[in-house]
Amino acid sequence: MPADAVRPPHFEQPLLQTPFHARARALSQVDSFIPWAGYTTVDVFTHVEQEYFAIRNASTLYDLTPMVKYRITGRGGSAYLNRLVTRDVGKLKIDRVAYCVWCNDAGHLIDDGTVFRFGENEYRLCTAERQIDWLLDSAVGFEVDVTEITEEVAALALQGPTSFAVLKAAGLAGIERLRPFEIGRFSIATQPVTVSRTGFTGDLGYEIWMVPGSAEVVWDALMVAGRSRGIRAIGSQALNVARIEAGFISPKIDFLSAERTIRIGRERSPLELGLAWLVDFDKGHFTGRRALLEESRRGVRRRLVGLDVEGNKPAHNALLYAQRSGKHEIGFVTSATWSPTCKRNIALAMVDAPHFAVGGILWADIYLNRELVWERRMARSRVVERPFFAPDRRRATPPADF
Amino acid sequence: MAPVGSYDAIVVGAGHNGLVAACYLARAGLKTLVLERQPYIGGAAVSRRLYRDFTYSNCSYVCSLLRPEIIRTLQLPRFGLQLIPYEGGCTMMRDGGHLALYDNHDALRREIARHSKRDAEAYERYSRDVMRQCKFIKPLLMREPPDPTSFKPRDILELLHLGQRFHRLGERRMYDTLRFWSMSAADFLDEYFESEIVKAHFAGSSIIGTALGPRSPGTAYVLLHHYMGDIDDTVGAWGFARGGMGAISNALGASLQASGGAIRSGVEVARILVRGGRARGVALASGEEIRSRLVISNLDVRRTFLKTMDPGDLPDEFLRRVRNFKIRGSSGKLNIALDGLPSFPAIPAGAPCIRGDMHVTDTVEMMERAYDDWKDGRWSRAPYIDMLIPSQIDPSMVPDGKHYMSVFVQYCPYVLADGEWDGQQRQAFGDTVIDTIARHSPDFKSLILHAEIRTPWDIENEVGLTEGNIFQGELTMDQLLFNRPIPGYAQYRSPVRGMYMCGSSTHPGGGVMGAPGANAARAVLRDLRRMQPA
Repeated sequence: MPADAVRPPHFEQPLLQTPFHARARALSQVDSFIPWAGYTTVDVFTHVEQEYFAIRNASTLYDLTPMVKYRITGRGGSAYLNRLVTRDVGKLKIDRVAYCVWCNDAGHLIDDGTVFRFGENEYRLCTAERQIDWLLDSAVGFEVDVTEITEEVAALALQGPTSFAVLKAAGLAGIERLRPFEIGRFSIATQPVTVSRTGFTGDLGYEIWMVPGSAEVVWDALMVAGRSRGIRAIGSQALNVARIEAGFISPKIDFLSAERTIRIGRERSPLELGLAWLVDFDKGHFTGRRALLEESRRGVRRRLVGLDVEGNKPAHNALLYAQRSGKHEIGFVTSATWSPTCKRNIALAMVDAPHFAVGGILWADIYLNRELVWERRMARSRVVERPFFAPDRRRATPPADF
Repeated sequence: MAPVGSYDAIVVGAGHNGLVAACYLARAGLKTLVLERQPYIGGAAVSRRLYRDFTYSNCSYVCSLLRPEIIRTLQLPRFGLQLIPYEGGCTMMRDGGHLALYDNHDALRREIARHSKRDAEAYERYSRDVMRQCKFIKPLLMREPPDPTSFKPRDILELLHLGQRFHRLGERRMYDTLRFWSMSAADFLDEYFESEIVKAHFAGSSIIGTALGPRSPGTAYVLLHHYMGDIDDTVGAWGFARGGMGAISNALGASLQASGGAIRSGVEVARILVRGGRARGVALASGEEIRSRLVISNLDVRRTFLKTMDPGDLPDEFLRRVRNFKIRGSSGKLNIALDGLPSFPAIPAGAPCIRGDMHVTDTVEMMERAYDDWKDGRWSRAPYIDMLIPSQIDPSMVPDGKHYMSVFVQYCPYVLADGEWDGQQRQAFGDTVIDTIARHSPDFKSLILHAEIRTPWDIENEVGLTEGNIFQGELTMDQLLFNRPIPGYAQYRSPVRGMYMCGSSTHPGGGVMGAPGANAARAVLRDLRRMQPA
């Protein structure tokens, strides 16, 4: 149904609706919508806790359509992407996905995202923020076409331990053979879909890509197929808890794109964000290589770490100190949550050198609102390895058929 | 009641900067008097009733730069000042299209993307870079610019401060800043955008009040000058003073009086009196003399030193530099009372952009051609206009159902190639502007109840600004910071002891900012402390 014909103009309704909007609207019990990359999306459907536990216990549908998508084609595609991102895209096989980051000349992070390789010269780049300006600047001199296709592709994340069973029940023949980061082509209720075994939850899960016209049919079919497997729609809040447990970073929360910072020193390098494993100095030249090489030689000034915080109050926005006295400030929390699965109070934090070593003790200055009375607590926090939660089931092939 | 006796400080001219300076001096305990030639205060920040119950902001018309520190210290809200931001703006195109600016980030992106998807995203980079420059320059506004040739500890410390801030920008941003201060707005915008209409819209603020074209070097800074203000911490936002721009001056006047300062309007200062190299007071046109050990001039630097001082009291080289100070008339203004809200067919019904600043120049080329006309000594045949209808937001300006339109016009010369300004020429200039608007609004002409047309010549004669230059001097690098207004005299002081400058001719320049007035008052008070050791 081409709803665009009757949609109010952008100055009256600035946010677009995804092809799943009618379904989401119908399931929303608390009317909690938030803007995401120009679309209106659900923050909470019913109750964050229920939605979160469906991710870790059953299956969840999350509307991924606003994820910004670029089609990258042309003979220079591989060379272009290899110059753009820090990872060796040359090693990425057809029908595989790689998590990547890319930087400016100064080695500061512009964004993170996933590169899908569909063919010899056909790629898709999925990012959190629009950046055609940067992507086209980087394309000068390469035989490559970069086109934003966000509105042409609808996407759903189907995540959770029963997600494989749901897809099987939906009739996706051969889905059991799909390995992590692999792409396959299937059909759901006769609608052709592309499925990648990827996700943002750190759990077993898939992302399903389709033309917008198939969106509602696919949604309905998955809801039916998943009924006995506890499927439910989730909003961004529940997903955020899961992604912190998985140790994933989120733009505009844990880092700001170097293309967006105004103040000096707000940029972050992949090394600072603990993403050194994504930087391949041996693959040849890429944007930011020289600066990152220098930084890795010199050592980072700060690093994003995982924290295990005492007590059960999330350390939202807490400043971090070297001592309990709160005199020597050494960093701040970027993301925090109580982890209902790990039963730990966890956080991601940007910590100055040399305090970021695993095992180190820091103090988080937490402000608590207890029945409208603010209290302050210095919480002992230990630097720990990320991820906080990484079940084996996420990698098992074939996955367990719950 | 006319004040009598002698004063500690006399401020010549009740423009907003003169009033700001007087407020600070009075608050410091000085017996302060402000003298104003017109029967009303405000200089170029006035609300005038020239036609029935319509209030015109007939000179300056929007507000963004007024320093929040000043608003707070002088308690202007307590004295009636209300600043209200307006939303967005638009440029109507010759082919019937338009580009609008919306406050909502997503609406704006989709709007720019109608013209260029890439520009919609390049806009983020553009705003970021402009914001970065603002961050660098904003803290300099309320400081006395250091003299790079001086060995005074204060100057050396200030230079160090400036150098440190500059150095902290890091290598790349240091280059960017130096380029930014010297390049043209057209070149600057070309580094971001591909769409003509997008470039034209943003280029507008690089020429307002300036006798330069968008391709002239130095105009990128003028663009920034219009960007660095804020309303309630929203940087780059512009707004209206409720009741017109005179509300700012009236609040300043009330604040001044509450601090014990006095204002006499309707009296013209004929001479600033100097004896033994010291300022001694002023002589009025009426012959009356008023004594004061300090005289602070709010007039532009040319008018101050060439028209209200005896050349014999000033050094020759100083006078030569004053004569060479660039202060060229380039802008006109129309104030129009309307019988109703005009329609603009290019703008979709319900779009809020008509409550912001509206324009009709759709290419940078067209803007540059408008400048070419000015160079030839005539007003632009297709002028750049900055047109607002404040009565859509501020109901206090007009009778119910009516509207007030403020039209700022660029370019309009002070001296015409083919003769003096006269009533006929003024009307022809006004007609050019009205015809320009009417091309985008079919019912506009039929709604006009009254129009005040102001040429640079009129602005000079009524407001006192030399050549009608709204900034009291061009905002180019050779006349900014320690070069403003004159090298060696950038710290509000003059060659005559006790005689100071506080107008927009001084750092940091024009716009209803108040910073020159506040900085000048600080310089005066520092000198006083030095003269009277505690």
